[in-house]
Amino acid sequence: MAFIKNMLDKMKPTFSEGGKLSAFGSLFDAAETFFYVPSETAKVRGAQIHDAIDSKRSIFFVVIALIPAILFGMWNIGYQHSLAVGCTEECCLLNQFLYGLAVMLPKIVVSYAVGLGIEVAIAQWKKEEVHEGFFVTGMLIPLIVPVNCPLWIIAIATAFAVIFAKEVFGGTGMNIFNPALVTRAFLFFAYPAMMSGDKVWVNAEYMDCINGTVDGYSQATPLGQLAAGEPVSYSAMDTIIGTIPGSIGETSFIAIMIGAVILIWAGIASWKIILSTFAGGALMAFLLRYDGAQNFEWWEQLTVGGFAFGAVFMATDPVTGCRVEAGKWIYGFLIGVMAIIIRVLNPGFPEGMMLAILLMNVFAPLIDYCFVQANINKRLKRAKVK
Amino acid sequence: MSLFSKENGAVFTGPLNLNNPVAVQVLGICSALAVTSQLKPAIVMGLSVTVITAFSNVIISLLRKTIPNRIRIIVQLVVVAALVTIVSNILKAYVYDVSVQLSVYVGLIITNCILMGRLEAFAMQNGPWESFLDGIGNGLGYAFVLVVVGLLRELLGFGSILGFQIIPDSAYMDNGGLYINNGMMTMPAMALILVACFIWVHRAVNKEENK
Repeated sequence: MAFIKNMLDKMKPTFSEGGKLSAFGSLFDAAETFFYVPSETAKVRGAQIHDAIDSKRSIFFVVIALIPAILFGMWNIGYQHSLAVGCTEECCLLNQFLYGLAVMLPKIVVSYAVGLGIEVAIAQWKKEEVHEGFFVTGMLIPLIVPVNCPLWIIAIATAFAVIFAKEVFGGTGMNIFNPALVTRAFLFFAYPAMMSGDKVWVNAEYMDCINGTVDGYSQATPLGQLAAGEPVSYSAMDTIIGTIPGSIGETSFIAIMIGAVILIWAGIASWKIILSTFAGGALMAFLLRYDGAQNFEWWEQLTVGGFAFGAVFMATDPVTGCRVEAGKWIYGFLIGVMAIIIRVLNPGFPEGMMLAILLMNVFAPLIDYCFVQANINKRLKRAKVK
Repeated sequence: MSLFSKENGAVFTGPLNLNNPVAVQVLGICSALAVTSQLKPAIVMGLSVTVITAFSNVIISLLRKTIPNRIRIIVQLVVVAALVTIVSNILKAYVYDVSVQLSVYVGLIITNCILMGRLEAFAMQNGPWESFLDGIGNGLGYAFVLVVVGLLRELLGFGSILGFQIIPDSAYMDNGGLYINNGMMTMPAMALILVACFIWVHRAVNKEENK
């Protein structure tokens, strides 16, 4: 490891102000802090605390928590493909995984390349350091799109979200909306044919690891079947394990819950938001179930579609979510309620999680404000009595 | 004062660039979002607003000394409404399809803040010729933004310009290509973002003058 340190130290003057490659200074800075924790902490004076651990390291836990969902998503791509082509002999677990890896990897590369490219360019332009928020966003984007989404569309949507949802507000930590969800919302409204329906969930391309190919293969997701008023052809066990078609990372309830445990254990995500989102969704699904608006078991609503993925990885975004502890209950609860309402009662949208979280992103500062004001008023009253 | 003096030139060119009603004063945004999904209605709308602004400016400028101050808004509205009715009927007579596409937005030119703003701020204090130039300048400044936004939205949202297909059919995904039109561009939300981009570029280019 000393070798890397020496190399970075030797390269540093070239990239600093006035050096030959100062135009790539922020890129160097990003690489340096990626390998080594910066030694910079808060000055002795002042009331703030600035830990040496930067957001890059705390945020990386989210990527670690995503790993189960990523791995399962890759395997599920291959599994759905092998179901589609109907092959039996070479469809071992490894080949299905390799197939999924080959389909998935370009999406991850495109999402990171576009997003980080824009972030580095803007950081260099404003002479700031590169913010690390995109490490998570770049991983989330490939996980919330259908497997057949073309790469150039992902690139455009990522660029749109990074510029218009993040950088115009001032970069990481300043955004109102979750950039990954803005990416998905842009895709959803700009290219609806690529984001919903029954043609986009199963990749049927030919690749070496699994033989066979099919044309025009269509397979609906459970939510697609619900929206079309058809009986759902997947068992509850399928939806919990995740062997169903869907956006790449969202299918497996179990893999997402492993991620949730990691996030809560590491103290990154708020368990209050996750719990209250599920509570809100469960309540609403329960009411609509016995009101007769839907004939899908209420608890199954929580395991299909993007509900669990959104609750664990999107709603808990510390930047766009509520920051007041008591407000987190309301914030999460309303996301859950809204997601199920949109899903069941609005025929135009088979899935409501994305819109529910974006909507509550707007209201999060208002909830914070109300709780802070209530607290201020309470204390003022207490002060007057004396 | 001569007809084409330097002051009159500034009255005309100001709203085209540094005092653009949409990009700088941020007026008339509502109609800019509503009519720009294609280029043709955007052009027609821009021209209609130009004509109405110019002539209502002239009429109000001629009447400015006789209008009682307390009812001036009503008088202005009557003049604008008369002109809007004329323009609306001309559109119905000669470009019926565009008139249908624009629907209520032609009538809503009455409420366009650019018009009322120019009448109040300029025509009430200046002579007819200056007011005419001011009206034409502001109308064209508005039309320019509409045309830019309409051009981008039609090109990216429908793949065509003025109804002519620009992006070849074979490039579309349905025909084995890769390309798909951006459906977001056909929605008013994207027009807002495009207008914002226009303002962004405009301010970046004119950084010095805006300070």
